[in-house]
Amino acid sequence: MSPASPTSDGTLIRFEGLHKAFGPKKIYEGLDLEIRKGETLTVIGGSGTGKSVLLKCLIGLQFPDAGRVMFDGQDVTGLSEDDFLPVRRRVAMVFQGAALFDSLTVGENIAYPLREQDRAMPEEEVHRKVKRKLELVNLPGIEDMRPSDLSGGMRKRVGLARAIATDPEVILWDEPTTGLDPISTRVIDDLIVSMKRQLGCTSIVVTHDMDSAFRVSDRMAMLHGRRIVQVGTVQQMQQSERQEVRAFFDARKTDLKQEVPRP
Amino acid sequence: MSASTPQPGQQEDEPFHEIVQQEAVYVAKYVTVANPFAVRFLRFIEGMGEVAVLFGRAVSRGVRPPYAPAEIARQVEALGVKSVSIAALTAAVVGLVLSLQFAFFLARFGVQHTVGKVVVLTLFRELAPVLTALTVGARIGSGIAAELGSMTVTEQVDAIRALGADPVRKLVVPRLVACTLVLPALTVLADVLGLVAGSLVVWIQYEIPLREFYRSVVEVANLMDFGSGVAKSAVFGAIIGIVGCFQGFSVRGGTEGVGRATTETVAIASVAVCLSDFFLTKLFMAL
Repeated sequence: MSPASPTSDGTLIRFEGLHKAFGPKKIYEGLDLEIRKGETLTVIGGSGTGKSVLLKCLIGLQFPDAGRVMFDGQDVTGLSEDDFLPVRRRVAMVFQGAALFDSLTVGENIAYPLREQDRAMPEEEVHRKVKRKLELVNLPGIEDMRPSDLSGGMRKRVGLARAIATDPEVILWDEPTTGLDPISTRVIDDLIVSMKRQLGCTSIVVTHDMDSAFRVSDRMAMLHGRRIVQVGTVQQMQQSERQEVRAFFDARKTDLKQEVPRP
Repeated sequence: MSASTPQPGQQEDEPFHEIVQQEAVYVAKYVTVANPFAVRFLRFIEGMGEVAVLFGRAVSRGVRPPYAPAEIARQVEALGVKSVSIAALTAAVVGLVLSLQFAFFLARFGVQHTVGKVVVLTLFRELAPVLTALTVGARIGSGIAAELGSMTVTEQVDAIRALGADPVRKLVVPRLVACTLVLPALTVLADVLGLVAGSLVVWIQYEIPLREFYRSVVEVANLMDFGSGVAKSAVFGAIIGIVGCFQGFSVRGGTEGVGRATTETVAIASVAVCLSDFFLTKLFMAL
């Protein structure tokens, strides 16, 4: 198979024939997925199906047992920790629990990737960038607060501010709205959309929150039975005839006596 | 020998090290089926290997710039300064008990005035470094494991990597350096406090003048007695630090895993301190 090129068909990220298991538990068996440059793709699927692992395979926090991960035409599957650096500078991740460093203030958290990337960056510039990113996530002036003083939704937004500090091309969202109240969920959804509009970045969102997925997605992909069973626009997915997709979409409306057969 | 020419009896597509590895797996399977204790033993050996790898990585990162003196200082404060009271208390009690026991024993032979000699050698060479490592080590080793374990389960360690930094450099190196500095410092403190407490108790109980006590101390103790104890404690510090870091990074299964890692750290670090003490003692005696 020829290496993916973002210019030929707009594909920026491609997972090819991914296999992954944790001990006896297999989570992927031949998973294929393509993400185009500039789009927001949502990966939906049940809890514990390994949606987050997909994001982690892209930036080398997890490694597939077999298959390839292509990013911008480059095979990043077997890169060493040092060789992943350029990829990690271009691809940022917003973690499920925000993963803010408890020992640092909000401002220091956001400055962390800036200082890692460029140790010679003057303090005023770091402060300016931190301030700007906090404004972008609608939390101006909270630089000196501690992560422990923030609510769940605020932590997620600070996590986003830290992720976008170095102006990445791709943002990976791991369950961005899980555990948030409806208003915070809406705020995060709007941020996902506005990041795309303002920064022009590509997003992969992993979620099982269907309302959120409908709001933010250009395309959606359904992970079921250790592979991607369908990819399509929101409309295509809503009209899908596939039983597992229908079951997931209609779960709120139907009683769950009719369980989806697991392969 | 060229790598491209296969040797007789060796298949081209199966390099020698892979054959050895397969054989090792067969042997391991056979042994583990035969004996469940062997499973634990093999896992222990495997764990030791992983700790050694982490230590090697920490050293290779730590010797190269950029250095982080501020973070090291922060760890010295968190791990060391806050352990002073527990180290001091232990040392004073050990000095008291040791002097009483030896004075009691030596008095039977009428040579209780030599108690300083025995106390200083036992304290400097053995008890101050080992007991400091066991008491302080339990505190700082479990503290490190709990902190890094919590960071692991809340994905903060992943976040460090995702943000383009190295968790070994950021988390392990400062803690390892701090432990290696703090334990010798606390051992010196224990040496001094142990002697002071010991000399006071035999002065009160056995009426051995302080001057007599300290004269016998300086008569017998040399730099090697003092230095070997301090050097031992540096090794103990490194062991405690690296075991705590390894256990923290190895946490799986949420908060329950953090608790398990914390208690395991105390057990593993204590055993490792005692075992290494034997070999270090032999080493320093040979010098």
